[in-house]
Formats: sequence, C-alpha cells, structure tokens
Amino acid sequence: MLEIRDLHVHYGGIHALKGVSLDVPKGSIVTLIGANGAGKSSTLRAISGLVKNKRGRISWNGTDISSKNPVDIVKSGIVMSPEGRRIFAHLSVLENLRLGAYSRSDEAGIAKDIDWVFELFPRLSERRNQKGGTLSGGEQQMLAVGRALMAAPELVMLDEPSLGLAPLIVKEVFDIIRMINSKGMTVLLVEQNAYAALKVAHQAYVLEVGTITLSGTGEALIADDRVREAYLGG
Amino acid sequence: MNSATFIQHMLNSLTLGSLYALVAIGYTMVYGILRLINFAHSEMFMLGAYFVFWGITLANLPWPVAMVIAIVVTATLGVVVDQVAYRPLRDAPRISALISSIGVSFFLQNVAIVFFQAIPREVYRPQWLENPIIMGGVRVLPLTLFVPLLSLALMLGLIWIVYRTKAGLGMRAISKDIETSYLMGVPVNRIIALTFGIGSALAAASGIMWALRYPQLQPIMGTIPGFKAFIAAVFGGIGSIQGAVIGGLALGFIEIMTVAFFPDLAGYRDAFAFVLLIAVLMFKPTGLLGERLEDKV
Repeated sequence: MLEIRDLHVHYGGIHALKGVSLDVPKGSIVTLIGANGAGKSSTLRAISGLVKNKRGRISWNGTDISSKNPVDIVKSGIVMSPEGRRIFAHLSVLENLRLGAYSRSDEAGIAKDIDWVFELFPRLSERRNQKGGTLSGGEQQMLAVGRALMAAPELVMLDEPSLGLAPLIVKEVFDIIRMINSKGMTVLLVEQNAYAALKVAHQAYVLEVGTITLSGTGEALIADDRVREAYLGG
Repeated sequence: MNSATFIQHMLNSLTLGSLYALVAIGYTMVYGILRLINFAHSEMFMLGAYFVFWGITLANLPWPVAMVIAIVVTATLGVVVDQVAYRPLRDAPRISALISSIGVSFFLQNVAIVFFQAIPREVYRPQWLENPIIMGGVRVLPLTLFVPLLSLALMLGLIWIVYRTKAGLGMRAISKDIETSYLMGVPVNRIIALTFGIGSALAAASGIMWALRYPQLQPIMGTIPGFKAFIAAVFGGIGSIQGAVIGGLALGFIEIMTVAFFPDLAGYRDAFAFVLLIAVLMFKPTGLLGERLEDKV
C-alpha cells in the first residue's frame, strides 16, 4: 500500500502542498477531490517522481520512494496517467501501448497484456494501427488507461480522467475505473467531477489549498454537508 | 553538356548531398527532441575526419578499421558533450543550451588547433577509391559511388533504429512529449544520450568521407559544411529525419548543378545555401516536412 506522510511541495515561491498525509490501501479506489489549484495534480506528480523539490515521506509497500525518479517509480509498480490524457498522437494505438510497457522486458508478458488491454477495450483493438490522434476523446481516454495498464502496475494514478468528455463517455470512464479495480488494480483517482468520484471511491480525501481538510469513505463524504455545499452543488 | 558529363554531375550532386544529409540528420534529431540547435555538431564532423587521420598515421591502422574506430570515438564524444554541456541545462531556458553549444563549438575547434595544429593536413586516400572506372562510357570515380552507398546504408540503419527498435520508439515519444514519456518509464536521459551518439556518429562518417573527397584536414573544416547541413535541415523541415535527407540531397544538387550550368557563378557557390536559408525562412519557415515552429530559438 501507499502511505504519504506530511508531504510538502514547493514550486519556486509557491507552497503547493502543505503537509499532505493519505493512505491508499491495496485493492481500493481512493479519490482526491478539490478545487482547481488545490494541489491534487501536485500530489500525483510528487508520487510519480516528477516533482523533485519535495519534503515528507512517500512509502510504497514499506519502502520510501520519495527520492526516486519516474522510471524507477514505474518499475516499482506505480504508474500515472496524466491530466489531458497526453497520448502520443503521432504513434499508433499499438505503439502507444508498447510505450506504456517501456520499463518491462518480458516480451511474452507484454504481448499477453496487449491482448488483455484489447479485450478490455475492443474499440482500441479495432483501431490498433490507427494513429492515436485520430481517436475520439473517449477512445483516447481508454488508450491512456490501457497504456498505463501496460506497465503492469499495482497502483494506477488517474489525473482527471473524465475531463473534457461528453456525459455519456464520462459514465463509461467511471465504469472502466470500477472494472480495472475489480481486476485487482489499486486506483488513486484525482477528479473535479466530485460526485462521480465519491460514488466510485472506497476512501476519499478533500484537498483545499494544499491541505487535506476532510476524509472518509466515499459514501460518508457524499452525505457530508460541507462537501455537498462546496463540491456537489448544495 | 553531353549525357556523360551530366551523369557525372548527378553523381557529384548525390555525393555532396549525402554528406550534407548525414550531418543534417544529427541537427534535426537533436532539435526534434530538445528543441536545441547544437552548434557543436559541426565539430563532430571535423573530429571524425581527424581521428581517422591519426588512426592511420599514428597507429598504422588499416583505413576501414580507423574509420570504424573514429566513428565510435566521435559518437562517445557526442554523448560526453551532451552530458557535460547540455544535460545540466535541461531545465534552464532554451537559449542557455544554445549558447552552451556555441561555446562547445569554439572550445572543440580550439582544442583541435592545439592538438592537431592549424596547418592543413593531407589525407591518405585508399587507392581503390581513386582509380576511375568506366561505366557505360562514363568515367566514374569509385568515391562518388562509395559515398552515396555508404550514406544510404547508414540512413537505412538509422531508420531501422528509429522505427523498429524500442529505443527508437522512445525517441519518437520523447520528441513529442518528454514528460509523459518519462511517466511511462522511458529513461529520457539515456535516450537523449543515444540520440547525441547516433547524430555524432553520422556526422563523423560524413566528415571522414568529406575528407576523402576534399582531402585536406583543418580544425575549421566543419564550419561551412556544418552551416550548410543546418540549412539543409531547416529546408527539409527541422525535426524531421526524412526532411533532413531530402534537404541535404536538394542542397547538394543545387550547388553542383548551378555551378555546372552557370560556371560563372562558381565563385558564389557557398552563397547559394544561405540564399536558400533566407528564402525558406521568409516563405516557408516550417520547411518542406516540418511542423509549426513558433517557439524556436
């Protein structure tokens, strides 16, 4: 499991995270909700090793990973699918998936996982030789999730996976999150769509200007008046 | 002009064009990944040629062995230059790395002047490249066949690396989005180092063949071919490997053919490339195959 204790992040003069602590138990879906600029992405970027200037403890299955670089983090079993999907538009669907498996060298396992991703997302399978940029928004999100799964991670971190998608597709994205979780994947989800995120999450944290202000089960937070008022439109 | 002379001009164009293309590939690959114009690249061209010279004269190596060793040594040097002069500036403003590359260029030139001396040196040429052969009534120097063929082989090797290997996939990914590639587990710094190594190896190969064609070594010999190859890369569309090859060949043809058809203009030979650069930047700044380049240095 992932344990974060008293995590601080600074960007230049900005103190983006002011002592964040949270737990992501194995096999669960944990969500981090909050307004724009609250520090949700910073938390994920710190875990994934992109942010170097940080303080605090990030412990993964018992070892401190706070000083590791992104490549080692991926190898340790944590992968992040960044905000905006960021698929490689000029590479084919298949190449995007192969890129997700870059840290692995077990060719047989990679081939098996490509088949598995195509099984999970038959629409990607149909478009396997198409360039990533020709896919629709929803398909691109499937590709972004599929690419992350190709790293054979234990923990998948999703940064705003529903951003910019049509309502029908948003529902599909949350179904996908439930599905990969049911396949044994631990999920840390950052979302602005607080209601949908809380519905799907086992455990949830509310982040406000760099500090965790509330935490509890997804259901408990949906029922919480402060959350209803601030994030669920009253 | 009869057809035999024309064929000779064509072969000469192809030779010169291939040499520009090989150097242009290095500019374009580094630009494609780091958005850096690596001005030190032309010194790899010069050093490759010198290394062969020293391999033959000092170590008594056979010519092909000296060539392979020179290419490997230059490639290693290209990686070292990246690690020392550019890697510490990865997060700095882009202009810093650009200035650093100009510094490296002057540094290497001056090191070459100190160690190799400024006097031009004669290059040994293997006899088999010099004896003309007659092909269908056309007198051909084996060199004018050797250069395009070896260049072609090197370019095919490059295309194989870029499009058929895992490292090539990593290169194509980081050329569009370094951060996401890093998040997917691509060892970005290692791939960048590899890119410098490959680019420098191709520049060295070009410099070595250049020295066979124009058999004189000088510490500043990389400057003008380097500028022209850079222009070829811009003309083809900087960032595009195919563009660099097309640009290099096109520039070779323009230079040779203009002089062939308008001998009076021979004195302006070096100016053609720069006129082409100005024209490209004015009318089609993205080049033939390039992408938009709004935030270029």
